Amino acid sequence: MAIVDRIGAALDRSPGGVILTGVDALADWARGKSLWSMPMGTACCAMELIAASFNKFDFDRHGTFPRPDPRHTDVMIVAGTITYKMMPAVKRLYEQMPDPKWVIGMGNCTVSGGIFYYDTYSVVRGIEEFLPVDVFIAGCPPRPESLQDGILRLRELIEQESIAPGKRRERPLTLPSPEDGCGEGE
Amino acid sequence: MNLDDLRDHLCSVYPDLCPLFSVEFGDGVLTVGPDALFSAANDLKNLGFDRLLMLTAVDRGEHFEYHCRLLSRAMSAAITLKTEIPRDRPSVASLVPLWPAADWQEREVFDLFGIRFAGHPDLRRILLPDEWEGYPLRKDYADPRVIRRPDYI
Repeated sequence: MAIVDRIGAALDRSPGGVILTGVDALADWARGKSLWSMPMGTACCAMELIAASFNKFDFDRHGTFPRPDPRHTDVMIVAGTITYKMMPAVKRLYEQMPDPKWVIGMGNCTVSGGIFYYDTYSVVRGIEEFLPVDVFIAGCPPRPESLQDGILRLRELIEQESIAPGKRRERPLTLPSPEDGCGEGE
Repeated sequence: MNLDDLRDHLCSVYPDLCPLFSVEFGDGVLTVGPDALFSAANDLKNLGFDRLLMLTAVDRGEHFEYHCRLLSRAMSAAITLKTEIPRDRPSVASLVPLWPAADWQEREVFDLFGIRFAGHPDLRRILLPDEWEGYPLRKDYADPRVIRRPDYI
């Protein structure tokens, strides 16, 4: 059960609206409930991402809605094929997001390059080549329900995090970044 | 205007272009040498082909094949201008002075095939990053990042 539901249930049982909890749990609850998203929609998955924001699926009820500026956002939803030409821009947008930040890879192209895996000179084979991805969602494209599941899974990941610097979940990125030259042709 | 009328009109105005005209798959085609491309294109423009529909190239192995599709709204006719560009000297005249629409399409052909367009105002890559090496749509393009599709898929 998610901490959000636990806090809600605890408030129900608490006579004066007072509950005892840890700082980490409170912070994770707040972070998980307002995951503003950076919509990095580059291909057809962006259509499902757009549909997720509108009234039929209404992701605002999860606290997730797109913001036009990476500096406002918590989670980058990479929805679509990333080419070697686009890769430095995506990396730069990710770097502009303030900590703490997460990445959801939406669709097969972000997992492995998808249908562009074979015989393609221009497509990055999976965004994990240059971004620390927390949740991958398979599908070509995935439906908004899958994205919803991905956001709930991300919320479970966030619940394991701590705001203490010494307990921060490390996301080592050993793969080359565009600055190391992997965006250039051989 | 059907293809016979187009051939007659072309032969009456430019008799020297007449033997170069042929019909391939139901389309009128004018095949010229690479050095005569600009003059032939100029003649076609004077004939009434006022719009450039598309411009591309094909790698045929020993040479590149250049295709340029032209449309005449007045005649309601279209024609393909074709030429063979040698692989060891991939250069041909730019058609931007005749049809400005050729600008980005010639840049794309340069980007992906490495064909130089003499007289182009701004010949640089348009789709790939500027520092890209090689021309990906050439048959002999080799990139270590490309994963070849195995036979069983």
